Amino acid sequence: MNDCTKNLTIAERCAIPRHSMPHQDPAERVRNFNEVALGWDRETAVAEARRCLVCKNPQCVTNCPAEIDIPGFVQKIAVGQFLEAARILRASSALPAVCGRVCPQETQCELTCVMGKKYQPVAIGRLERFASDYALFAEELQIPDPAPPTGKKVAVVGAGPAGITVAGDLVKLGHDVTLYEALHEPGGVLVYGIPEFRLPKKIVRLELDIIKKLGVRLVSNFVVGRTATVDELLEDFDAVFLGNGAGAPSFLNIPGENLNGVYSASEYLTRCNLMKAYTFPGNSTPVAQGRKVAVLGGGNVAMDAVRMSLRLGADEASILYRRSRKELPARIEEIENAEEEGVKFNYLVNPVRFVGNENKWVTGVECLRMELGEPDTSGRRRPIPVKGSEFIVDVDMVVVAIGQSANPIVASTATGIETTERGYFIADDDGRTTKPGVFAGGDIVTGAATVILAIGAGKKAARAIHDYLEKGVWPEIST
Amino acid sequence: MHTILSKTMVTERTWHMRVAAPLVARKCRAGQFIMLRIHDSGERIPLTIADWDRDAGFIDIYFQEIGATTELLATLQAGDSILDVVGPLGNPSHVEKITGTFVMVGGGFGIAAGYPVARAFREAGNRVIAVLGAKTRKLLICEEMLRAVCHEVYVATNDGSYGIQGLVSDVLQGLLDGGEDVRLVFPVGPPIMMKIISQMTLPHKIKTMVSLNSVMVDGTGMCGSCRVTVAGKTRFVCSEGIDFDGHEVDWDEMMSRQKMYGKQEAEALSYHREHGACCGGVR
Repeated sequence: MNDCTKNLTIAERCAIPRHSMPHQDPAERVRNFNEVALGWDRETAVAEARRCLVCKNPQCVTNCPAEIDIPGFVQKIAVGQFLEAARILRASSALPAVCGRVCPQETQCELTCVMGKKYQPVAIGRLERFASDYALFAEELQIPDPAPPTGKKVAVVGAGPAGITVAGDLVKLGHDVTLYEALHEPGGVLVYGIPEFRLPKKIVRLELDIIKKLGVRLVSNFVVGRTATVDELLEDFDAVFLGNGAGAPSFLNIPGENLNGVYSASEYLTRCNLMKAYTFPGNSTPVAQGRKVAVLGGGNVAMDAVRMSLRLGADEASILYRRSRKELPARIEEIENAEEEGVKFNYLVNPVRFVGNENKWVTGVECLRMELGEPDTSGRRRPIPVKGSEFIVDVDMVVVAIGQSANPIVASTATGIETTERGYFIADDDGRTTKPGVFAGGDIVTGAATVILAIGAGKKAARAIHDYLEKGVWPEIST
Repeated sequence: MHTILSKTMVTERTWHMRVAAPLVARKCRAGQFIMLRIHDSGERIPLTIADWDRDAGFIDIYFQEIGATTELLATLQAGDSILDVVGPLGNPSHVEKITGTFVMVGGGFGIAAGYPVARAFREAGNRVIAVLGAKTRKLLICEEMLRAVCHEVYVATNDGSYGIQGLVSDVLQGLLDGGEDVRLVFPVGPPIMMKIISQMTLPHKIKTMVSLNSVMVDGTGMCGSCRVTVAGKTRFVCSEGIDFDGHEVDWDEMMSRQKMYGKQEAEALSYHREHGACCGGVR
């Protein structure tokens, strides 16, 4: 195998078509909660890996916030050294099996893959998933020996993608790391937000097991800002990283939004994922089982919510989105999955009011039709309401999935950490806040973004924290 | 894991429980609450912290058996454990020295939640009156505790078996008519009682702070399940409350949202009564 790979010419590599990943049949999968994408066998992974041109100056890596040695791990797969591939992945990322599933590769590593210029890009995400899963389920996975203890203590606030990354990187450098989580289960959005059918919880638990084995101390049910403040943490720790996430649902602030049956996406998904309401009453957390469901928004969270509602028995589930399909911010794969599963997409509609019945339960969403005007600051064409175009979408459940804003609990109870007007922490590129010893990264700095950007922020912050712990120097921040 | 140190029935289907929770006891103040989850497939429910001992590291909670989770909680004994206790959550009640009298109006098992606030106002140097309501004498809870921290305690029972026959609102009216210089009213109990008291104090322009008991999931401001309209604005009870100006709360919305899961709660209750043995708490 080894030789044959080396001997492939560029032309031969280019001649191999990109491999797809088998999915559960749509009619089948809307009746279960199991993962939709089924993974690859070894042969497919090797064949796909052999498409990589192993560029001298790999463009894929420049577009990976986790700074993964992509040609390196892909070449290990190509020669059948799957554990070695996983070791390379894990050297840069604490969450490769997660990223292999939820990263928007089409706008990152695969966007800049040279193969994509003329052919299809190498399926880097699927390869990442393959190698990481292979190692997670292999018994011989080696946990690297930690560096000698530095005697420095770091508190990481929030066991989501940013916090897990920081904790993993710092523990490997020999620091004593405590990871605080407000909920009863670590993982952040990976456990409360992203559904089982897209990211099995077992994968998250296995990734977390590794950072625990590396020596990270995990403390759940600890709400920083309430159980202890950041200032109190600084009495016991040499540095604090805040990765508590955006964590407060945004609403449209239109009439009727507090009717029963209207959920924020965070609530709906938390009930379903973290609290497993889909097994009610075996699990005792209830959730409404809408028959006619409308989800407002067009991002990944909206796709998760609308697909969840189908699995919970909705006869009709639709997305209401202000712009057109082209502007949907969700990953292409998730949009296609939703379409295959029978989700209806209502484009160019803007909800203006919720209508309810005598029991104060939602029965309709009044919308305006929109048309697209000139591009706005985001570069997307701005939707403009069409006068007199009001109409009502009949529903018995609504999920508002228009984003998150900053949860004030941490900031409002800390001293000296400046925030923006919207409540996000002000931090420099390396995550330094305005308070010496306190770093921040992920959604609580950038506003709601992606898992991979939070991981990227975590990596940079971990380096800066290590530097600070080594040298004890706090530079003037320039933001 | 949080060990149950003691459990006492205070009246029928209403319990006092003392739970080891050193991190909560270390920080909590009057008006704050915990989220509790009994076992791995349990729901998270909010309960107000009624008392605490920082040195011994325990908190006191009171609960009424009204659903699957509280019924299950009532089957646990001293020595058993509760899987998750997180807190203290919510903002502490705003306690200060006021001009005039502070009146805590407590109904049903809400009286226990009013106790630490009444005590804190007393400690802040105020004249403190408690008005306690119950259907009948044997359902009245926490009377002795309140007598120990209040200047005066009045009781109203629906059947007249103890105190005056009538409602807590009748007692409050009596205080106002009798010339008591009431400057702050703190009703805590069933929403309908809090609504009526708030309506009563409005024409007198008496500041009325209410402690809301909404449906919650995380209890940290992450989901919005507990949202309520206050002064025309959506507010989150768990992270922005739990105390709000009673004159500004949209009570009808608050009450309808509280009943959102009525049907499922009944379903869960019958399911757990049938399968109780296998889903019991952690022994």
